[in-house]
Amino acid sequence: MSVKQISVFIENRPGTLMELSKALSDKGIDMRAFSLAEANDFGLARIIVRDVDEATEVLKEAGYVSSLSEVVAVAVPDVSGGLFRILSYITEANVNVEYLYCFLGGRSGKAYVICKVSDIPAAEASLKKHGARLATQSELSQL
Amino acid sequence: MENYYQKDIETASREQITQWQSERLAAQVKRVYENVPYYRKKMEELGVTPEDIKGIEDIGKLPFLSKADLRDAYPYGLLGAPLEDCVRIQSTSGTTGKRVIAFYTQHDIDLWEDCCARAIMAAGGTKKDVVQVAYGYGLFTGGAGLHGGSHKVGSLTVPMSSGNTERQIMFIQDLQATILCCTPSYAAYLGESMKEMGLTPDQIPLKAGIFGAEAWSEEMRHSIEETLGIKAYDIYGLTELSGPGVAFECSEQNGMHINEDHFIAEVIDPETGRHLPDGEYGELVITAVDKEAFPMIRYRTKDIVALSHKPCSCGRTHVRISKPKGRTDDMLIIRGVNVFPSQIETVLLNLGYTPNYQIIVDRVNNTDTFEVKVELTPEMFADSMGAISNHQAAISEGLKNMLGIKAKVTLVAPKSIVRSEGKAVRVIDRRKI
Repeated sequence: MSVKQISVFIENRPGTLMELSKALSDKGIDMRAFSLAEANDFGLARIIVRDVDEATEVLKEAGYVSSLSEVVAVAVPDVSGGLFRILSYITEANVNVEYLYCFLGGRSGKAYVICKVSDIPAAEASLKKHGARLATQSELSQL
Repeated sequence: MENYYQKDIETASREQITQWQSERLAAQVKRVYENVPYYRKKMEELGVTPEDIKGIEDIGKLPFLSKADLRDAYPYGLLGAPLEDCVRIQSTSGTTGKRVIAFYTQHDIDLWEDCCARAIMAAGGTKKDVVQVAYGYGLFTGGAGLHGGSHKVGSLTVPMSSGNTERQIMFIQDLQATILCCTPSYAAYLGESMKEMGLTPDQIPLKAGIFGAEAWSEEMRHSIEETLGIKAYDIYGLTELSGPGVAFECSEQNGMHINEDHFIAEVIDPETGRHLPDGEYGELVITAVDKEAFPMIRYRTKDIVALSHKPCSCGRTHVRISKPKGRTDDMLIIRGVNVFPSQIETVLLNLGYTPNYQIIVDRVNNTDTFEVKVELTPEMFADSMGAISNHQAAISEGLKNMLGIKAKVTLVAPKSIVRSEGKAVRVIDRRKI
């Protein structure tokens, strides 16, 4: 059920983020979500795209080091308390959240929570039990 | 079966070698005294005349030549033959200051190419081999030297020059090249690129490589040998002394044989100038005994090596030098500690990383800053800041243990460290002292 996310290494200096977005834009890669984490001297861009294989190939050709990882995607109503409920279900399963980012699903009226967790099956089971709706790769692609 | 280009010379007795060296040295000193006023003046300052030099036992009486002399005498001041007898110049890359221009007569070219031919045959080369020369061509001696040597062996010579990695790999595959000649850093880079293309060592036709023009460690040798599936041989030389081929490795891969019929090797204490015994590391000093156009006498190479006169299993009798430990001039003194770039390479390889690094030294508020940039490899990458930082910490720890001082380790994008003429730019020293 989980979703594939691409992580990319970038140096922490002016222009590197622009270069990365240009490499993707030049090949017409359409991003669903983009998040950036930073340490002192490097950054880690995390991207959800329409076509994972195509984007991976484009990044490789442009000389980037990237990897794919499995993350949990949850569709939540865009109302106050939406994120809190999702996190309480994950916590109930005693699963740790390594990082998380959210984006709005436009016309769908939903918000999406992308979440890297220590135990995907346990988190997903708890979310399902409470009736939270897990989003699939194709649902994200069609947004 | 050991492979020789000039067996009689390469396996001559010590007495024979000494006799050649003594006769040639005495004649060379006389010729230089008469034809090179710059060196004559240096001899006069020490009160030495050609009559004082009867054989190699007298070599210590002669004045040294250094890179500074080459600069002073630039461009013609050390010319030992009439310019009309010269047929070629080659020049240094100028990475450590002003360029050096070296001159050659046809005799000089021949002896240089013979030396390179010996190196190629010692690496197993024969006329049936395809030798891909991926050293830079042009002013740089790497391309011209191995190119000429390969002709003398009778191998099929592929004059690729450096760069254009895709084309290099295409020729290696299409022409089934068996011997690769280039800088070790370029060999490592070619290996990485072939690995990325999914080529395994048994799909690469190369069997040997002759790599020189920059210092490289044993660990780097193993890594290149593994990726390319070859035996990697070291070759030593300097533009001032012809170019590559002053010394070369044999099947034993344990030190490089100096071509003693053309070059006399001494190892000295760089401070006092005294001779050091076999096994002790010091500065290599070379005298070219029969070069005509650019006759270097007691040239201080700045390379730190040790000599070995021990018999070698390959049958060659010429003295061996160790792999240079570094150069007196690329030794950095950072916060009072001696640092050789090769030590950083060793740390990276020991930890299983590729040795693509750059050292940046600066001085801020009277304190040296020491940064090591390391190219990130796919193996080091993970979707976790912590995991990547752990690699940084491991390198930092390794450097601290090796050098005794702390370095700031920065991970940089793959292939972002500049490579020039195939030589990686390893050190950027911004200190203004």
